Amino acid sequence: MSYTAATVQLLSPEGTLVTSDASEQYLPYIENLSDEQLREFYRQMALIRSFDVEAANLQRQGQLALWVPSLGQEAAQVGSGMAAKPQDHIFPAYREHVIARIRGIDPIKIIEMLRGISHGGWDPKKNNNFHLYTLVIGSQTLHATGYAMGIQFDGLTATGNPDKDEAVIVYFGDGATSQGDVSEALVFAASYQTPQVFFLQNNQWAISVPVTRQSRTPLYLRPSGFGIPGVQIDGNDVLASYAVTTANLDAARSGEGPRFIEALTYRIGAHTTSDDPSKYRDDADLARWVARDPIARFEKYLRGRGESDAFFAEVAEEGEDLSTDIRVRTVALQSPPESKIFDHVYSDPHPVIEAQHAWLKAYEAALEGGEA
Amino acid sequence: MSIQSLTMAKALNLGLQRAMADNPKVLMMGEDIGPLGGVFRVTEGLQEEFGVNRVLDTPLAESGIVGTAIGLAMRGYRPVCEIQFDGFIFPGFDQITSQLAKMTGRHEGSLSMPVVIRVPYGGHIGAVEHHQESPEAYFAHTAGLRVVSPATPHDGYWMIQEAIAGNDPVLFFEPKSRYWVKGEVDDAVSGAELHSSRVVRLGTDVTVVGHGAMLAVLLQAAEIAAEEGTSIEVIDLRSISPIDYEPILESVRKTGRLVLAQEAPGFVSVGSEIAATVTEQAFYSLEAPVLRVAGFDTPFPPAKLESVYLPDADRVLEAVDRALAY
Repeated sequence: MSYTAATVQLLSPEGTLVTSDASEQYLPYIENLSDEQLREFYRQMALIRSFDVEAANLQRQGQLALWVPSLGQEAAQVGSGMAAKPQDHIFPAYREHVIARIRGIDPIKIIEMLRGISHGGWDPKKNNNFHLYTLVIGSQTLHATGYAMGIQFDGLTATGNPDKDEAVIVYFGDGATSQGDVSEALVFAASYQTPQVFFLQNNQWAISVPVTRQSRTPLYLRPSGFGIPGVQIDGNDVLASYAVTTANLDAARSGEGPRFIEALTYRIGAHTTSDDPSKYRDDADLARWVARDPIARFEKYLRGRGESDAFFAEVAEEGEDLSTDIRVRTVALQSPPESKIFDHVYSDPHPVIEAQHAWLKAYEAALEGGEA
Repeated sequence: MSIQSLTMAKALNLGLQRAMADNPKVLMMGEDIGPLGGVFRVTEGLQEEFGVNRVLDTPLAESGIVGTAIGLAMRGYRPVCEIQFDGFIFPGFDQITSQLAKMTGRHEGSLSMPVVIRVPYGGHIGAVEHHQESPEAYFAHTAGLRVVSPATPHDGYWMIQEAIAGNDPVLFFEPKSRYWVKGEVDDAVSGAELHSSRVVRLGTDVTVVGHGAMLAVLLQAAEIAAEEGTSIEVIDLRSISPIDYEPILESVRKTGRLVLAQEAPGFVSVGSEIAATVTEQAFYSLEAPVLRVAGFDTPFPPAKLESVYLPDADRVLEAVDRALAY
């Protein structure tokens, strides 16, 4: 799948601003971006790529069971992630590392999941409403929709105060669009007119299965069958991602109901480190998308605006520091205490859990006693 | 009101009404639960009283109902979902077992999941395929869920309120064949904790245990046995996960014989679990092997055969006789 006249693109792969009939209405959302904001887009994309490469290396060195790279999808994620307001709620899939970081999650929390230390464990309420990763494909779209129904019932859309209105943005992939839960989420969202943006990252691959197996029609057309407006963007264009997500979140917050964005991008890396993309995709396809790299494109744009070498060197150094920091802290991570098996299975006291925890303690005490 | 005679459906309805009146965060969600009041009328009048934002006639999608209930619970609501019939719960199985059950653990305790899933379950109503099943063991097998089943209108009234007041997900199995049978409800005193089992008829020769619709069958069997000179002690399990073993063990230490009865198939079932635990914990008190009376290990048959499939008083008494023969 590739770009068409309907695809919203604001920045060409050559790094120049472009307009079209499809994109014109979104220009106002980027016209007032400050140099500092633009630099922040670049910085976030470049830093997460450093982190991503480092994490994949750590997996190869046996420090992580698995790594889930986001290589190539940085623009879709940074643009949409930066478009969310502090009061908005973000429901990720499991590859949105940079959005986690933007919302204040220490990336070591993601490393912990893949080192076998936690299943997530951060508190969304204390982390700028960034919810936990969900590994069953598409399940989180229903949680996001239910959450948005709650916002609706709380009367927190179209209050007249834009700082008070809330919305939800939920991330999922092209493979997820075949899951029943995603269709059910679209049904419920349309029914209850939830304040919600469905953000589909079409990276063209569900592990080894191409998006053409998931859908015969462009995926941004699917929501129209549910009564939800859909739009396709160039997912490797951070400005398009930011502008279109801002517009759609604004609409959701002001009571216009759910929206759907398909960000057409490409998974440059493997699905996870246990995957081998050379078995199912050809180099030419990959090369075509590498040429549309979101970070290189945005660097050209910034340089065209006169951004200095010093800035890019500074970000590169910051990326090195982040990688080093992650490497040092990953290796130092300790296994969780055994109590983690039993803690928080339930919120209220539970006799079976308590009895089994007590049994394990007694068993281990007896073993230690036996060894002494 | 203090004590009055109500059907289980009406008692549940009053319990739900009281829970909604007590806490504005309590929501009802399900198919046909609004103006119709649910296919069994358990939610009758609630939408009229509390409005469409608190009693949601949802789209027809069980995974959607449970999945959005999870999101609403994240937002601070206490959703009570109605699954229309037992056999329709499976489209929601992933959301119940992989999401709802694991959400508090995944959040390491910062998030509670006070979601109740009401499931009219079991046979005896002559209905078509998927409308008479007893799927409770699937959910009892999943950590993170609680599973209960009331057998009387009084327990229906109280247990639904206790389930809603708790902070964990509860699968609430309502014996649909008992919906229309009246019993006394005391709205002043519950009389038992949600997760307790209870001796409902004293006896000395054999202990029989069951839950939900099986209770009426067990009491009938005990009545017949009494006429024949056998004294049966009947225990209402009430809670399937966790199971309150103390009353069962205490009874077995007295009678030395235990028969477990359920509508569900016996293989890998609630009865199997209790049999194993009682054997472990009361081995020297047992005078006979623990016996199970259950539905056959087949799909629920066409309704004309349900009286053959479902354990009745005679099947219970046959097992009682076998236990006594040791």
